[in-house]
Amino acid sequence: MILKILDVFICGLLLGGIYALIAVGLSLQYGVARVLNISHGEFIMLGAFGTWSLYTMFGINPLISLVICGPVLFVVGFFLHKTLFKSLLKSSASIGAFEGSSLLACFGLLFIIQNIAITSWGADIKGYSYLSVPVNLGGAIFAANRLVTLAFAVGIGIAFYLFLARTRLGKAIRAAAQDPAAAGLMGVDINHVLALCFGFGALMAGFAGVLMSMCYPIKATMGLEYTMIAIIVVVLGGLGSIPGSFIGGFILGIIGSIVSYIEPSLSLAAYYVIFILLLLVKPTGIMGK
Amino acid sequence: MRVLEGERVTRYFGGLAAVSNVDFHVDQGEIVGLIGPNGAGKTTLFNLISAAIALKSGVIRFKGENITGLKPHQICRMGVARTFQSIKVFANMPVIENVRLGSLFGTSSSMSPVDATREATGLLEFVGLSTVRGTPAKDLTLANQKRLEVARALATKPELLLIDELMAGLNPTEVAQAMELVTRIRDKGITIFMVEHVMKAIMSICNRIMVLHHGEKIAEGTPQEIATSRKVIEVYLGE
Amino acid sequence: MNITTFISKRTLVPGLITLILLLLLVTSPLYAPAYTLILLTVIFMYIILTVSWVIFSGPTGYMSLAPAAFFGVGIYTAAILGSKLPLLIVVCIGGLFSVCLALLVGALTLRLRGIYFAIFTFGLVMLIAHLLLFWELHVTGTRGRFVIAVDHTTVYYVMLGILVILLLTALFIRHSKFGLALQSIGENEDAAAHTGINVTLVKVITFAISAFFIGAAGAIMATRWTYIDPFIAFNPLFSFMPVLMAIFGGMGQLYGPIIGAVIFAYLEEFLITRFPYYYMLIFGVILVFAILYMPNGIVGLIQKWRKGGQAGEDAGT
Repeated sequence: MILKILDVFICGLLLGGIYALIAVGLSLQYGVARVLNISHGEFIMLGAFGTWSLYTMFGINPLISLVICGPVLFVVGFFLHKTLFKSLLKSSASIGAFEGSSLLACFGLLFIIQNIAITSWGADIKGYSYLSVPVNLGGAIFAANRLVTLAFAVGIGIAFYLFLARTRLGKAIRAAAQDPAAAGLMGVDINHVLALCFGFGALMAGFAGVLMSMCYPIKATMGLEYTMIAIIVVVLGGLGSIPGSFIGGFILGIIGSIVSYIEPSLSLAAYYVIFILLLLVKPTGIMGK
Repeated sequence: MRVLEGERVTRYFGGLAAVSNVDFHVDQGEIVGLIGPNGAGKTTLFNLISAAIALKSGVIRFKGENITGLKPHQICRMGVARTFQSIKVFANMPVIENVRLGSLFGTSSSMSPVDATREATGLLEFVGLSTVRGTPAKDLTLANQKRLEVARALATKPELLLIDELMAGLNPTEVAQAMELVTRIRDKGITIFMVEHVMKAIMSICNRIMVLHHGEKIAEGTPQEIATSRKVIEVYLGE
Repeated sequence: MNITTFISKRTLVPGLITLILLLLLVTSPLYAPAYTLILLTVIFMYIILTVSWVIFSGPTGYMSLAPAAFFGVGIYTAAILGSKLPLLIVVCIGGLFSVCLALLVGALTLRLRGIYFAIFTFGLVMLIAHLLLFWELHVTGTRGRFVIAVDHTTVYYVMLGILVILLLTALFIRHSKFGLALQSIGENEDAAAHTGINVTLVKVITFAISAFFIGAAGAIMATRWTYIDPFIAFNPLFSFMPVLMAIFGGMGQLYGPIIGAVIFAYLEEFLITRFPYYYMLIFGVILVFAILYMPNGIVGLIQKWRKGGQAGEDAGT
């Protein structure tokens, strides 16, 4: 019995690692750059398919893909902000108007990226096998690739936390997240920071995509579900709180694991129920402002 | 009669007490001033009264009735109107339409469109905006936008009017006109509670003044008493 | 409402044109080929989706991604009830079920900031599809359903009927006290609330009205697709297309969404057989470009041309 609970719990952590990464990514994009990027899942999908392509065509190790796909998506995100979202920011009369128009722009991006993927790789399910050897941890069996995924997710999280806490750029980002106007007055090049944050968000998505492709099958339409999960985690953790998103990811992962144990096809519905409860009781989330 | 009263009104933003245990009251026919340094909680208090934001604790009563927890539109219809520190006009609508909205929706009895137009026209004359009745609100000068907010608020037939920094950014002539408008409103029988930074205006037209500092009420009295209060002077000089 | 505001110099010519157009459309089945009728039905459907979307998201500024959910509800209503009840009743019930969904979603999210509403409607389509799939697999044991087919002329007339009623409703709202309240909410929600308008109630009612027509359109359209399953019925594309059409056409006036809908409905029809996935890609690019460079759509561009023409006349009753 205890073993079963532990099993579900650790499965939840494994799932949570991915959720934490994608949520932190979205939190960077919404919390700092104020773009609710509903095409976030598509970046995850690109990371996954990039890894798949590199592995099946060139035999490149997925863990190496982390440093290929990640930075590529970072550049894409950065470039997108510098062109598209900066333009929208300039032409928007208020923050509310910007949130609205950037949301719709991301909706457009969603369709663009998804259809690029479908035309490039087809609409069917793909997958590959990497490190799918079983590992025995004190009686419970886990796939090695999932443990590696968890390790990397936590590692990336810690590395990013250190980056935010210790480096000059990290502090600028935290300042911009708190109060963009004040940060601007203190010499922070706010547009640059916003673009960087958006890029970092895409980077996280890329990482998450690489990692999840090791453990699960992928298809070009997978993005929507991940976007929704990322959004729910961000709301759970608190709109605008990056640590909240990280913790929230693990919480949701554990809940997802519990629900999956009972009835796998209802995990998304369970997340939505949590979302509805949050909206009813505490929309600002666990650590929200 | 006590038109408005509040007991131990408190509101936090994050960990900071924006308004802390403030008791206040406004009697019928008075013009009560609310002053204090920036960030003292004056606009927050107005936001609590008009229910733009919710109280953490305390009670607010209007004409003896507890209005804590009601929604802004309900409080408006009961007879409390306000203007805003950061102007909130209906920017793309013409001036006359801005005021008409108050006539049409701001009271608990309904009014025909024709009567609403007539009433709005009268109010525009009262505040001195008749010449710009067709102009989109966003094209008005700052002073006129503030007057537009007053007209719109008056259209809802309030018994109590909360005026938030009517004179900020106005030149001396405009300040004098605004002061005169406020007294004319009082003469119509409307009780007034006003936040203001322009000392000359507050001192000359208010019956009573309340002073907030860091969310707490630190003084209350006649303009004479406030002008000579050591506490108040320290607070302003210290800023 | 004053009748003389309708019969003025400005509305006489467009009014006549509309009447003639209506006459042509009503009599089309007598002389037009089936292909044209079906194409027109699809165009009507998109106009309904787009105008309904604009009725709510236009004035309030709350971006709804829910049309696909309401459309799907209508489709499934037809699938489940189509064989048991007369067609027009089924269409109305499809609309009413959508209204129920809208009231639920609205009551939950419209009292919060716009971003929560957008998020919720975004995920709604996917959520309902998953729930339905679960229901069908575990409770009813079916995957997908068959819909009773209806001949294309009947579908044409029903869709046209829904469209006409929708346009009349939109006009009525625009010139009514309710529409004024709605407009003021979009201008400044706080000010509207403090001017005595129950903003949440107005938003929810408007949302429900837009949902009705989308649901009804879904119910009648379902009869053209003989087989449906949760993922066919609940397809984010039916949220995407209205947004694209509305932004491109322009949300300020009533004819903006109509222009946008006609253009893209026709384009989709033309491209879908030749470039099944490329066309969606192109549409996505057009949406992004439209948001960037034509925020007021075609209507905005036209109005810029005729700058200063009739600016002062729009002063309400």
